[in-house]
Amino acid sequence: MSSKEQIAIDVRDAVKRYGDFTALKTISLSIKDNEFFTLLGPSGCGKTTLLRMIAGFEDVTEGAIFLYGDEIENLPPNKRPVNTVFQNYALFPHMTILDNVAFGLEMRGAGKSEARKKAGEMLELVQLTQFSTRKPSQLSGGQQQRVALARALAPQPKVLLLDEPLSALDLKLRKAMQLELKHLQRETGITFIFVTHDQEEALTMSDRIAVMSAGELQQLGAPTDIYERPHNMFVADFIGETNLLEVSVDNIENGRAICHLGGGHELTCNEVEGVGVGSKVHLSIRPERLFMSDTPAEGESLKGSVKENIFVGTDITTIVDLQDGPDFVVRTSNSDRGNKRIFEPGTEMFVNMELGAARLLVD
Amino acid sequence: MAAGAASGGSATTDTYKEVRTWLLLPAWVTLAILVLAPVFMMLIYSFLTKEFRGGVIWEFSLAAYDQFFFDRGLFGDDPAKIEWTYILIFWRSIWQAGAATILSLAIGFPTAYFIATRPEKSRALWVFLITIPYWVNLLIRTVSMKFLLRDQGPLNDFLINIGLIDSPIHIVNTNFAVQLGLFYSYLPFMVLPIYAAVERYNFSLSEAAADLYASKATTLRRILLPTVKPGVIAGCILVFVPSMGSFLAPDLLGGAKNFMIGSLIEEQFKGNAGNWPFGAAASMVLMTMVLILLMFYARQQARSEKAGG
Repeated sequence: MSSKEQIAIDVRDAVKRYGDFTALKTISLSIKDNEFFTLLGPSGCGKTTLLRMIAGFEDVTEGAIFLYGDEIENLPPNKRPVNTVFQNYALFPHMTILDNVAFGLEMRGAGKSEARKKAGEMLELVQLTQFSTRKPSQLSGGQQQRVALARALAPQPKVLLLDEPLSALDLKLRKAMQLELKHLQRETGITFIFVTHDQEEALTMSDRIAVMSAGELQQLGAPTDIYERPHNMFVADFIGETNLLEVSVDNIENGRAICHLGGGHELTCNEVEGVGVGSKVHLSIRPERLFMSDTPAEGESLKGSVKENIFVGTDITTIVDLQDGPDFVVRTSNSDRGNKRIFEPGTEMFVNMELGAARLLVD
Repeated sequence: MAAGAASGGSATTDTYKEVRTWLLLPAWVTLAILVLAPVFMMLIYSFLTKEFRGGVIWEFSLAAYDQFFFDRGLFGDDPAKIEWTYILIFWRSIWQAGAATILSLAIGFPTAYFIATRPEKSRALWVFLITIPYWVNLLIRTVSMKFLLRDQGPLNDFLINIGLIDSPIHIVNTNFAVQLGLFYSYLPFMVLPIYAAVERYNFSLSEAAADLYASKATTLRRILLPTVKPGVIAGCILVFVPSMGSFLAPDLLGGAKNFMIGSLIEEQFKGNAGNWPFGAAASMVLMTMVLILLMFYARQQARSEKAGG
């Protein structure tokens, strides 16, 4: 990569309104060259709308979109050097697999035989060469998915847009395709913009994630940032499992915030910009960052008693009752049972965590 | 057969088959009486000898077909030459019906597309609006059309009043008037099958085509049309076939020199002047032509389905 990072897609103050309804409220974000970028959010959050605006299927009500420095928001879809993998694949039913993949190449001016030759190479890349003379209806969902991918990649777009392409596949196939997509992105070096509502999928595949909700950008960052340092309630709750606790911030000293949990419990955590003394906000603690012991450990400890243990395969989930305080969920990995203790229900114990485990949220 | 199945008794599939046979019987009988019997009757009549005041003499003869295809002079003893009169009428029918079909397609396709792309709730209303004129008898509609199009009719008056033309355009008694009449008679048969096909069309295919750098025209030609082709072909058949045999529009709007095969056949069975075997023979030729066209289509369809599988 060049020393100066190039911007593939630059969305500036983009707004989308349908009549009175605002689907996107002033979104700005930059997607870097060669990046696997994910738009993540629940259905109706505006992620697909934003993707369709980049593809050219939706008008931009206000704002601008740049593709490698060129303003594109007023270009029709067939004039934008981006290609889309559609959620329902949208393969042309009357054409063979080979002709489907060759279509974009032909439209860009390649001769029929040349287009077919290149399409054949694309089919090789997605391991579907033996199906090239079949029609889409003769293929399984996973195979159709790969054809859609080959078709969109064949004209070598500057950016590939993927609209929930894996949502119709079963779990096993989806996991395999996640890896395949990730590898394909590395091999081709094309910028991918991936839309999904599946947070696990987003965490697995992305270089960076934009979490969206209700037409607004909630947080943008690398998967570890989003997971470990969620910015607000929505992000903390949407990504992974977490303990959300209502707290009031009593004091802030040397970058440490002392938080009051109710029931006399106190926790110290890192200060967060935007949360001052006296504010009543929420605290997020991931269940796997907690561990239990007989005696208070170094760092942060809260006294409680075990309510229930739930076996969930790889983990054991323990519900802890903090006297007069909120319930806590603690997750212990089964592989960690040598180091960490599981207590019988009713036992009094301490819930411990390291200093960085609790995260203050901007509500 | 029925008794055997009943005495067997145990096999439910046999019982089911028997019930089905009996339930279908009325439909088969009706079809046989109303469709097969008349066609068969015409086939027989076409090989009989004509009675001078209409009707037939039960005597085998090829005279009707001979008259249709060959000219043997006024007294029937010249060497046989090909008779072009009826072949020309036939040719004109194909041509007129073809033109009417193309006109219907040109208007019907955008109409069907328009309806199919309306919000789901209003589509039924649009379809309803399309069919409203067809509640009125075809004869009345065709006569009204003649009034509308004639030299002193509202259309010409309007065009003169807005200054577009100085003198009336002669539309009635032209080929074009017949095409218009046929087009108007059968337009819904074009619109409805195409509408049904476009309604089923997945519009993300058009988006995919645009995404892959296809222009709107290319998307229409390479994606939409091939996908809705069965609807288009059904519409074309439903307009072309009845247009071929139609006689109301050619009679009322075309006048004597724009005679079509339907009118020729009609004449042979009207009043005392007719020639039943000749009319029957002309019907047989018409039917054969249409059947050949349909078989050609069916074979095409089977071939493309085999390829699509």
